[in-house]
Amino acid sequence: MNYEFDFSFLATFWPDLLEGVWLTLRMSVATIVFGFLLGTVLAVVRTQGPNWSRKTVTWYVDVIRNTPLVIQAFWLFFGLAAMHVRIPAMVAAVLALAINVSAYTTEIIRAGIESINKGQLEAAHCLGLSRRQVLFNVVLPQAVERMYPALISQFVLMMLATSIMSQISAEELTAVGYRIQSETFRGFEIYLVIAVVYLVLSWLLRLAMMTIGGFAFTRRRKLKTPL
Amino acid sequence: MFGLSIEQVLFIVKGAGWTLILAGMGFVGGAIVGLPLALARARGGRFLRLATAAYVQLMQGIPLPVLMFIVYFGISITGFDLPALVAAGLAMTAYSSAYLGEIWKGCIQAVPKTQWEAAECLALSPAQRAAYVILPQAARIAIAPTVGFLVQIVKNSSYAVVIGFFELTYSSRVVNNSTFKPFVVFSIAAVLYFAMCYPLSSLSYWLEKRMSRTGKK
Repeated sequence: MNYEFDFSFLATFWPDLLEGVWLTLRMSVATIVFGFLLGTVLAVVRTQGPNWSRKTVTWYVDVIRNTPLVIQAFWLFFGLAAMHVRIPAMVAAVLALAINVSAYTTEIIRAGIESINKGQLEAAHCLGLSRRQVLFNVVLPQAVERMYPALISQFVLMMLATSIMSQISAEELTAVGYRIQSETFRGFEIYLVIAVVYLVLSWLLRLAMMTIGGFAFTRRRKLKTPL
Repeated sequence: MFGLSIEQVLFIVKGAGWTLILAGMGFVGGAIVGLPLALARARGGRFLRLATAAYVQLMQGIPLPVLMFIVYFGISITGFDLPALVAAGLAMTAYSSAYLGEIWKGCIQAVPKTQWEAAECLALSPAQRAAYVILPQAARIAIAPTVGFLVQIVKNSSYAVVIGFFELTYSSRVVNNSTFKPFVVFSIAAVLYFAMCYPLSSLSYWLEKRMSRTGKK
């Protein structure tokens, strides 16, 4: 094998790569926010809603979790185009990702809600808290705190999954990589670089979310228990 | 059928066959690499543990589509002209071996330490200890999460679409490009994926429940 590695494209294309990183991060953060909110709402419905709504959420979670993200994104992106609804690829990508990750978030937070001791609910009820207060002050903070490590892992996986959104022509890191590849024909080198960038991004995201968790869960901070 | 010809529907279904083949390759390859990996992660020396931990970190931190590209372009620079199936299969192997290795490591560690000690007292060699004492017990614990991971393998084989490997996602996209009936085409694809994944999910859930029930006894 007499192949000569050539990373000289980095000198010309590093601003493009940097922009790709920025786009990927923006897409990930938007998805995390929307996916977390949607997932939390669905988890509450799944555990406390009326019977029919519980069944609907269970069905939603099963359908999303048993079909690939790419197919969901294609369905949404090409489907909206067929209905003559024109939205930017970036918006369609965030929508597809948020729907996808919400199904996983629902299951994680549901497990958190179900893990809360029944005595706490009874105590809250005895204190005269309304259902809403019990939910927002007793159940959800503890459920999210308990499940936070699982949520971090899920969101890191989701950040990695944004790479497939280049398939619906959403501009992000992998799409930038493909463009550079088609201009320089250095496919192997460019994807090695991109793999390293994703690796660093996944560590940074994990670190950032752990820091946020440290600030958000004050009880943990006071007791100095690790996440 | 819903505005598609029989040929077009059959074309999509043909893709589903290749999805199963690729998923099968990913699982078999992942198991072959993943089992020694799990043993090294659980019982290896310090260097071996570090090296395998780095491998797992690497594979879990790189998106599968990027892995597909790396293998695809990597094969082409060595001068071999191999079909996309080989690249996709190798990438799936690398990906699933890291996850299977982690899952199985946990299962091996779940076997009580006294079992290792007892096996050692019986003068079994390290290989015999693993093969006759630990692995059979670990396998029982491993069944439910492994079946659960099969769902991930089937779903993530769809990422092979980036290197143009012909599977369900690819075939449905081809049909969509020629008919432009995205809802029909991708709903068929989704139903086919669901038909492959849902039984596995349910089986994994059922096995898990049965395990936790017998475990409590």
